[in-house]
Amino acid sequence: MSKIKVVHYINQFFAGIGGEEKAHIQPELREGIVGPGMAINAALGDEAEIVATVICGDSYFNENLESAKKTVLEMIKSQGADLFIAGPAFNAGRYGVACGAITAAVQEELGIPALTGMYVENPGVDMYSKEVYIVATKNSAAGMRDAVKKMVPLALKLAKKEEIGEPAVEHYFPRGIRKNFFTDKRGSERAVDMLLQKLGGEEYVTEYPMPSFDRVAPAKALADVRKATIAIVTSGGIVPKGNPDHIESSSASKYGEYDIEGVMDLTEATYETAHGGFDPVYANLDADRVIPVDVLRQYEKEGKIGKLHRYFYSTVGNGTAVASANAFSDEIGKKLIADGVDAVILTST
Amino acid sequence: MVKGIEKFGIPVVHMCTVVPISLTVGANRIVPTVAIPHPLGNPNLDAQEELALRKRLVDKALHALETEVEEQTVFE
Repeated sequence: MSKIKVVHYINQFFAGIGGEEKAHIQPELREGIVGPGMAINAALGDEAEIVATVICGDSYFNENLESAKKTVLEMIKSQGADLFIAGPAFNAGRYGVACGAITAAVQEELGIPALTGMYVENPGVDMYSKEVYIVATKNSAAGMRDAVKKMVPLALKLAKKEEIGEPAVEHYFPRGIRKNFFTDKRGSERAVDMLLQKLGGEEYVTEYPMPSFDRVAPAKALADVRKATIAIVTSGGIVPKGNPDHIESSSASKYGEYDIEGVMDLTEATYETAHGGFDPVYANLDADRVIPVDVLRQYEKEGKIGKLHRYFYSTVGNGTAVASANAFSDEIGKKLIADGVDAVILTST
Repeated sequence: MVKGIEKFGIPVVHMCTVVPISLTVGANRIVPTVAIPHPLGNPNLDAQEELALRKRLVDKALHALETEVEEQTVFE
């Protein structure tokens, strides 16, 4: 049986051409093995060999995504590859995006089994781990040996169309694919087992991992709320009537900043909700039910609070990506600090 | 969002109905509210009662902002 033909993709740095100053180089096809291909080829053993290496500058690829992808695909196709390996890219962002994009295109457009490898925080993981197999690597090239050891067996399995095991076993990022299978224990038994293990302080493996959320230490309390400027922020999608910023009803890509200087009460005629994740009738009739502008105005007048901040900030928290929410709050937080806001009331629906 | 703002050092009180989500995402000061579509209101009440209800909830929120907390705290 003839050897499996492998084409390998690397960037200008791993090809030994140069660093950032060479990141603009255009795609280039070389016969045989270059750079980290040595280690990969050695691990492929007798079953497969790298026949060609495609090299491209990271900046060039990312700035010319479509044309670079096309050129690279033609190069790979010209070599009659049976298997495609990109990277590993470790934590190099643009390289990771390039590896992910090409791997996905090779798989999709050429129908050739393909995989890449990168570090968990590489943006390429977020972008492509659902589409393609991305092996989890360490964050720098010091992890090359470890990466090769994990990537090659999975690559060979893909080339030979063997069954691929679970992400944890095969070392790739979960692709969000559910597989039905039979077990000898039903769900309730497994749940109780897991609970007992948890209570007993033993190790256990969840069948449905929750997304991880990081923590922030509580900020210091207000010394005197009667002197404080308080701002309203909401994920309930309250906007001026007509939703002037066109905040999306789900998976919001933006937030709005709205001036409520002189606004004593939110009314049906002036405000509404853009949120698509709950029945909007009650909020549309009276948006104070979501953000208590009326009460805070009254308290401001009575001296119970120092001041209601002139602007409120609003987005739609409905399937909105954690990354988007983080970006919004980063901007909002900076503005609030710059405006001397002392505390925030954040309402969610 | 709560954490994203609080990390700048300003206290944030999260007024929401689904407290477990708030706890999961890591809000430090939490005031439970009425219902998802109308957290700070209740359309079944008359206007005066509803305003009184909203005042009670805002009072709780202000109290939460004036209270030092070491860990996640739900202000019932």
